[in-house]
Formats: sequence, structure tokens, C-alpha cells
Amino acid sequence: MEAYISLFVKAVFVENMALSFFLGMCTFLAISKKVQTAIGLGIAVIVVLAITTPVNNLLYNLLLKEGALAWAGYPDVDLSFLGYISYIGVIAAIVQILEMVLDKFFPALYNALGVFLPLITVNCAIMGAALFMVERDYNFGESVVYGVGAGLGWALAIATLAGIREKLRYSDVPAGLQGLGITFVSVGLMALGFMSFSGVQL
Amino acid sequence: MSETRDMIVKPIFANNPIALQILGVCSALAVTSNLKTAMVMTLAVMVVTAFSNMFVSMMRNHMPSSIRIICQMTIIASLVIVVDQVLKAVAYDTSKQLSVFVGLIITNCIVMGRAEAFAMKNPPIPSFLDGLGNGLGYGAVLLFVGFIRELFGAGSLFGIEILPLVTNDGWYMSNGLLLLPPSAFFIIGLMIWLMRTFDTSQVEAPDFVIAKNSQKEAF
Repeated sequence: MEAYISLFVKAVFVENMALSFFLGMCTFLAISKKVQTAIGLGIAVIVVLAITTPVNNLLYNLLLKEGALAWAGYPDVDLSFLGYISYIGVIAAIVQILEMVLDKFFPALYNALGVFLPLITVNCAIMGAALFMVERDYNFGESVVYGVGAGLGWALAIATLAGIREKLRYSDVPAGLQGLGITFVSVGLMALGFMSFSGVQL
Repeated sequence: MSETRDMIVKPIFANNPIALQILGVCSALAVTSNLKTAMVMTLAVMVVTAFSNMFVSMMRNHMPSSIRIICQMTIIASLVIVVDQVLKAVAYDTSKQLSVFVGLIITNCIVMGRAEAFAMKNPPIPSFLDGLGNGLGYGAVLLFVGFIRELFGAGSLFGIEILPLVTNDGWYMSNGLLLLPPSAFFIIGLMIWLMRTFDTSQVEAPDFVIAKNSQKEAF
């Protein structure tokens, strides 16, 4: 249990997807002008990560890993080179299914997330979590915790940035730094803040 | 001929994918702490964008538009697998350093963005050149950031010592901050500032204009 808690805290703060691995930056910078939309996107990312990471974990351990096909009578087959294409396929499919399920059963939530769901397929944070999960050899339980933690960390970062940018509108920024430039600098300062967690020993 | 040149040169400065179109920032930052990984990443992205653009453009008349995204994704993912396998065979150490970021080329918005915006509407050869140009524009930013970070952060370039460090009886006190993630944000932010100072047409209009300080009327 302790291992899970420490993994969770690590995923949220120390190894924050957005601020220490720069994953999902495109959407992070593009959709952080308003707190409301940022929170919506953040929730969508949490949900998708919490589902896709464990599913990809199962896929890797049962089908792609070297020797994983032993149950089918092929103990020497190593399909791990097919990893990338299968993860992205799984992610695209799950996002599509999630969209349909939400539309059918939770129309209010569907309307709130609406535009962001399809965008999430190409969000590097989702793919990144799947690849980190494989690289670090997490088991199923760990991958669930890691998925939720990484999503929460990303949502936290984008909501905070949106809050900062809303205030930033009223400041007198030099012309050349206006917009994207100042956003980069403020994200840098946020990343510095998050780095202070890296000394935390769990 | 000049059109061809435009297609390759324009994305490097005038229409840079990272600084202007906010595409593909994700991986741009993580691999730039030294020049070697930045260089390898640049090559990998260039190959993938150029060829994915070419293949998507070749198939553009045969793809039903409702499933085009998944078709593009499959082409891109296959190309990335090829690049990854080649890297693992040729430069194993570098591929370990790049860790997950080679795989993340799949979700790099530049590749997808150019396939969708350019290759779907143009014939294969211009698409190939457009991909090459955008790959170069991405690479230019990567190499610029990598150059600054490695030179001032570790005192070396491509692992060869340029500024002798204090720890090795030299005179240069290295700036450790530049090797840490946040510095990449500062450098790109400042680079955008620099680019927009020279090319003022790129400056974004402010959302909110601060009112002039009101002056008191003279009596």
C-alpha cells in the first residue's frame, strides 16, 4: 500500500507530466486561457489516462512482451516492436468509445468536455504515460495508480497555468513577449516551483 | 525553383512550427539538455515528417475523409517504428537517452498537423519538401536551445569540452540551472521574444489594452 501512495505522490508532483517531462505541451499552451476550459480538459485527461494506462499495460503484458505469447504456444515471439502502433490504436479506440458512452449516458458531462475528447488522442501525455509504464515495467496495480496520478498532476498544472494567465492579461507585457513568449516564461517559473518537490524522499 | 526554396526555408524562420504555430513543443524541450540528443531527435523528426507527408499525400485521393485520421496515424506510427528500430540498431546509447521521446514523435503535433494541413491537399513532392522544411524549422529551435543549454550548462558541445570547468581546473563555473527542465522554457520564451523583435508582424495582439495614465488638465 505504501508503495502505491508513494508512486501516486511521485506521479502527481515530483514527476509531473507537464512540468518535468513537458508532455502534452501543445494543448497545455493552447487551451489554458480560461480556468473553466482548462479544468474541463484536465478532467478529460484524468479519465482517459486512468483507463488507457491499465489497458495498455494488459496489452503489453499479455500480448507484446517477449514470451508473453507463451499461452498461445509461441514462447519465443517478441512483438514489442509493435508497441507504438498498438498503444496509439488502443488510445484512439478508447477515446472514441468513451465519447460515445458519455454521449449516451452522461450528456451533461459530454457537452462540457465536448471538443476536448478527440483532441486528447494526440495529447503526448497519454502516449507518454503508456511508454513510461512500459519502460519502468509497472504491474497492473501500479499502472492504475500511475495513470490516475499522472492525469491529476497534468490537470493540476494546466488549471494553475490558466489561473496565472487570466491574471496575466492585465499586466503590461513587452510587445515581443506578448502571448506565447510570456506564457513560456511563466511555465518555466512554475516548473521551477514544481522542482522543489524533487527533493522529497518517500 | 524559388517556390521550392520557399517551402523549405520559410518554416525555419518566418513560419516556425514551434515559435509560431505552437506545434510539437512537447518533445522539443525534453531532449535539448545536450546537443547530441537534440541532433538525433532533429533527424528523426525530419525523416518522419517528410515521409509521412509524402505517403499521406500519395494516398490522399484514396482515403475516405471519415477515417483519414486513423489512416494518417497508422502511417506515422509505422514510420516511427522504423526510425526507432534503426536508432536502436545504429546508435543504441543515444536511443536509450531519448527513451520515450522517439515514440512520442507519433503524437508530435507537427507531423499530424502538416499531414492534415498540407499533405491532404497537395501532390507528393511538394508535401515531401514541406515536411522536410517543417522538420528543419523544428530542428533549428532544438539545436539552438541544445547549443545554449549544453554550452553554458556543461561547458561542452557534443560532449567535447569547450569551456574548461572549474571542477577540471579550468575557469568556467557551470550553470546547473541550464541542465534542468525549466531553463528550456526560459530559453524558448526569450527566443520567441528575439524573433518577434526582428519580425514585428509575428507579435500577437494583446487581449486587453491597459488604459493610458490619465493626465491632469492644466489649470
